[in-house]
Order: sequence, then structure tokens, then C-alpha cells
Amino acid sequence: MDEPFEHVVRRHGATVLRVCRSVVGHHDAQDAWAETFLAALRAWPALDAGANVEAWLVTIARRKALDTVRGSARRAVPVDVLPEAGERVDEADGVADGLDLWAALGALPERQRRAVALHHLGGLPYPEVAEVLGGTPAAARRAGADGIATLRRTYARWDDEGEPR
Amino acid sequence: MNEQQHAGSGTVVDDGELAALHARLVRDARDAGLLDVAYRVWEGPVGPLLLAATPAGLVRVAFAVQDHDAVLTSLATRISPRVLAAPGRLDAVARQLDEYFAGRRRQFDVPVDLRLLDGFRRTVVERLGEIGYGRTASYAQVAAASGSPRAVRAVGTACALNPVPVVLPCHRVVRSDGSPGRYAGGAEAKLLLLDLERRA
Repeated sequence: MDEPFEHVVRRHGATVLRVCRSVVGHHDAQDAWAETFLAALRAWPALDAGANVEAWLVTIARRKALDTVRGSARRAVPVDVLPEAGERVDEADGVADGLDLWAALGALPERQRRAVALHHLGGLPYPEVAEVLGGTPAAARRAGADGIATLRRTYARWDDEGEPR
Repeated sequence: MNEQQHAGSGTVVDDGELAALHARLVRDARDAGLLDVAYRVWEGPVGPLLLAATPAGLVRVAFAVQDHDAVLTSLATRISPRVLAAPGRLDAVARQLDEYFAGRRRQFDVPVDLRLLDGFRRTVVERLGEIGYGRTASYAQVAAASGSPRAVRAVGTACALNPVPVVLPCHRVVRSDGSPGRYAGGAEAKLLLLDLERRA
């Protein structure tokens, strides 16, 4: 690629931060973001001119975010630093920019939220999700499915009651 | 994939946080030796100037009329696409430009990277510093000083393509009849610079 890398950061910085947050939460997302763009900057000159830059960045971001998650799992940090359901997420993100799946995701029980994030956003197969969360792959799959089902209900309710988005 | 995109677009990202992350990226890039081209925009009497530097020194100064986006793209192609807005590397240049336009500085003292030039054009641009502050030289005189007295037109081209105008003073090269002649930053900018130096 021979486009100035600055343009890439400007165009995709926010998206990458969202991906990182959805996998690892707000705090660790900054480390994952920084590692993603540094890795991308290193590889940028050699990237194919026809490559889908956003997809490429999201792939790197998922990998970096998952590395962070796995690192935390290995270190067996006892306290999860993620927000209380709904609380900080609402405050930080509001519902200003439309259908706020992030807030709904934050409102899920922790296991479900992480299973959804790791599998659906992080692209991790369920056996690997299970390694991160503990328990069996079947249990991880069930947590993910329950989470998605709850999300669907949440949106349906919002739709029915016509609450502000 | 749809769910992933929705989840992404539902997250409000704060500009301040992105700015802080950008600054961190610049530091990390510099520490890792990956900041090939750093740039900033400096605002002054001749309008916004794009300042760009490699680790070796100031590599480009561009006027707004030269289209900053196009200049950045050209730097990415010719030097490296590892280009980041990184004001810190240009602090010294910006400070000296402040002093110069306030009439308190007569020559610039920053490392200059002339890698964008070679051959005769480079020879010409390297000699520009010999024309003293507040003075002018004709294209013909510069041609003679560069060892090719008949290359008057080529001197004009070299000046027009000077990658670091103002800092390397191609504005001091004028026509033999004393009229200013052309300037990459526009005739008005050239007059302003000549006038500034005459009065200081």
C-alpha cells in the first residue's frame, strides 16, 4: 500500500476500538488498539494494493484482543473488571447513535457476554471460547446461544415499546 | 457478519480517547523505528504550511496551494507510506518559523533531508543557503554558481521543485530585471517573504 498510514488510522481507528472493546472491554481495548495499529503500521508497506483494509485491520484487532483475553485467562485474574450490567456502558455510550447493541451486550450476564464477544465478534471457535471461559465447549456454545437469544429479545422489546434508540 | 457490524456501530467512540491512542501510536512507532515520515501543519502569514520530516531531517515544506493531501500521498509513494501526523518531530522547525516570520530569525538551523532531489536540482537547492537574508540573486547568477551558466531555465525548475521552500530560500531567486518571478507558493507568498526580509 502506498497510502499514508495516517489516513488509515483516521478512517478505521474508531471501528478498531469498537472491535477491541467488544472482545476485551473498555480498559484492555486501548492496549489491543495500540498493538493492532503498530502491527499494521509495520506491515503496511507490504500489504497488497487491492486488500480490504478494514477487514485486514479487524482481523488483526481480533487477534490482538484475543491475545489479551488469553493472557488474562492464563494469569487467572480473579476479579473481572467489566462493568456492572448496563451501568457504565449506558453512561459511556448512551443510545445516541442508533440501535445500541453494545449496551445490550454489556447488559448480558458475564458468561454470555464474553461467549458472544469471543465467538461472534472475536471469531473464536467454541472449543477455544471454552478454553478462555472454562467449562466445556458445549457449555460455551450454550452461553453464546443464550446471549444471542437475549439480544434478539431485547431488540424486539425495544421495537414493540418504541423506546428511544 | 451483520451482528458484528451492528455491535460495532453501536459503540460511541470518544474523540479524546482516539486522540490519546493516536499519540500513543506515534510514540510506539517512533520507538520501534517505524515513523518514516512525520508531519504537522503550521499556520502562519503565508497560510498553512505542511511540514514533513524523516528521521534524517526536514524533507518537505508545502504551501496550501500545493494541496497538502496530494503532497502526503506523494511522500508516501516516494519515501514510505509509514506516514503519521506527529507534531513533536517538527517542533524545532515550527519554532524557527515563528521566529523567522516575527523577523527575529535570519537563517534556519534544522537538519534537512534532500533525498527527494538528485543531480543538478539538488546542486541548485543546496546552494540556495548562500544567498543571504534580505538579498536576492538572479536565476542566471544561481546557474553560474551551480557550475552550469547556461542552465537558467533548469535553475527555475529546480527552484520551483525545491522540497523545502522558506527554509531553503528559493524565494530569494528572482528575475534578472529584479521582478520576483514565479513561486511554488504563489506570487503573493514570494512578495510577502521578500518584503519581510527587506523590512527586518
